[in-house]
Amino acid sequence: MSPPRSPMAPPRSFLWSRRIFLTLLTGFVLLPVYVMVSSSLKPLADVTGAFRWLPTEVTFRPYVDIWSTVPLGRYFVNSLIVAGAATVCSVVIAVFSAYAVSRYEFRGKRVFTVTVLSTQMFPGILFLLPLFLIYVNIGNATGIALFGSRGGLILTYLTFSLPFSIWMLIGYFESIPRDLDEAATVDGCGPLGALFRVVVPAAVPGIVAVAVYAFMTAWGEVLFASVMTNDTTRTLAVGLQGYSTLNDVYWNQIMAASLVVSVPVVAGFLLLQRYLVAGLTAGAVK
Amino acid sequence: MSPDTTMTATAPAAQAAPRKNTPGAAGGPRPRTGRIRRIGLPYLLLLPALLLELLVHLVPMVIGIVMSFKELTQFHIRDWGTAPWAGLDNYAVSVDFDAPVGRALLHSFGVTLAFTLLSVGLCWLIGTAAAVFMQDTFRGRGLLRALFLVPYALPVYAAVITWVFMFQHDNGLVNHVLHDQLGITDKPSFWLIGDNSFIALLTVSVWKGWPFAFLIVMAGLQNIPRELYEAAALDGAGMLQQVRRITLPSLRPVNQVLVLVLFLWTFNDFNTPYVLFGRTAPEAADLISVHIYQASFVTWNFGTGSAMSVLLLLFLLVVTGVYLALTSRGRRTAP
Repeated sequence: MSPPRSPMAPPRSFLWSRRIFLTLLTGFVLLPVYVMVSSSLKPLADVTGAFRWLPTEVTFRPYVDIWSTVPLGRYFVNSLIVAGAATVCSVVIAVFSAYAVSRYEFRGKRVFTVTVLSTQMFPGILFLLPLFLIYVNIGNATGIALFGSRGGLILTYLTFSLPFSIWMLIGYFESIPRDLDEAATVDGCGPLGALFRVVVPAAVPGIVAVAVYAFMTAWGEVLFASVMTNDTTRTLAVGLQGYSTLNDVYWNQIMAASLVVSVPVVAGFLLLQRYLVAGLTAGAVK
Repeated sequence: MSPDTTMTATAPAAQAAPRKNTPGAAGGPRPRTGRIRRIGLPYLLLLPALLLELLVHLVPMVIGIVMSFKELTQFHIRDWGTAPWAGLDNYAVSVDFDAPVGRALLHSFGVTLAFTLLSVGLCWLIGTAAAVFMQDTFRGRGLLRALFLVPYALPVYAAVITWVFMFQHDNGLVNHVLHDQLGITDKPSFWLIGDNSFIALLTVSVWKGWPFAFLIVMAGLQNIPRELYEAAALDGAGMLQQVRRITLPSLRPVNQVLVLVLFLWTFNDFNTPYVLFGRTAPEAADLISVHIYQASFVTWNFGTGSAMSVLLLLFLLVVTGVYLALTSRGRRTAP
């Protein structure tokens, strides 16, 4: 990817320590992945007895059964709706906020950035119950069902990724020369025209990175999902626990289901990780 | 919601959203936009983020603080505005370290602190080492980088459930390897209950957390000018010296934020212990988030739970403030 760093070749001791370190680390990283994949292909007997490295026979039965043991399809759709909507909203809102902060001087700018970033520090547990009460009260007062609905969860999740997204996009927008959007403004674009025609296209890697982060945040959250959903709106984070509350723990099915719910995010993440690294390099870590 | 708490909840909201007259707030010359638009636009752009942060973070936080001064048990939760004020009772119960509740909280705090320091230290160490080792190109570097990010990309519950399976007493991989194959332990150990649970929790946390450090350090390394290394190499500086003299000092600003973020995330982590142990964590791995969750939702004592959360927040605020003051000062004195 990048040319060799040093004009001199690294010493052998360095090469060997690198080889050993990276091999051990790869083993540590891949061990659970291997367990997940291999166990998902085992018959039930293989996962109830002593652990086996290899299945006695390879079966795809768990991948069929997962959909009927618990309503995994419904959980999947719920997670997709919630994480998708939260991502879209979060990215749009973060783009607006970051544009305002990076391009305008206004009173309260510092208060805004500090406040938003400091919400990252809050223990989720502190606002879980109050938020629950607020949603119930809004529901009672206006009839807008936030508690137990996908809408409430979308609203909650999009604020989880918002601080980091705004922070990262501010850095990213700062790296785009102001002359570009000022030229567009002079050409009669207006500030919003400049944002959408100049700044956003130039910041695509940063925006993609933020979207990946927002989606992963929403897809993986457990605490609020466990309190704020009901049977019909349950997401994968909670639904997956349904396999272990049954009389027999179907570990092969749990592993199959874990794999199925992981594939969309891991594949998306790996495809887009280049952007994430580029976005972080240009924005956050500068 | 009772009127008095509504007042308390909206007062800071008005402060945090200064949409009043703001004279002289314009960013550079913009000849064709009107004055009102020019001044109002930044606030308009911030409005959605502000409203949402208020609704989901700030107002609930204020309500949480109010609740910590109330006697909020299951008898009052339906109509929590009418719950009697408790003064500082909830705080007194939380920090009375001679009584069971306070002692348990102190224990949980100690466990969380030890866990967080170990986890952040290990995550940072592994992440930095991997990023430094992977600074040069070599065959398979791209593939390895993608693999290393998998633990970070996996949804928490899917990854942690797999670890739960691996840590099972009878059919898990860990006991199979340690006991059956290597014979290190005399008999199969329990990993998810008892003292071993701390090790199990730490393992999972490091496994999940280090790729984030790796990702950030890797991005930070790309901002270090290549010439620095070349100059150092010409001067005869070895690999270790280059890391010590160039890489680590250049990474200081990145590390300042990285370590803080890792600390806050790990300290507040709920997902990992909750999926690993369920609602009640073993004593040796009783992290504070799950402890407070248990104190609130299992015993239905929300007032005390809120007081504990506020104490936790205060602690994190103090730590963050001291940390930023110390690290920023150090950065100014040492070039």
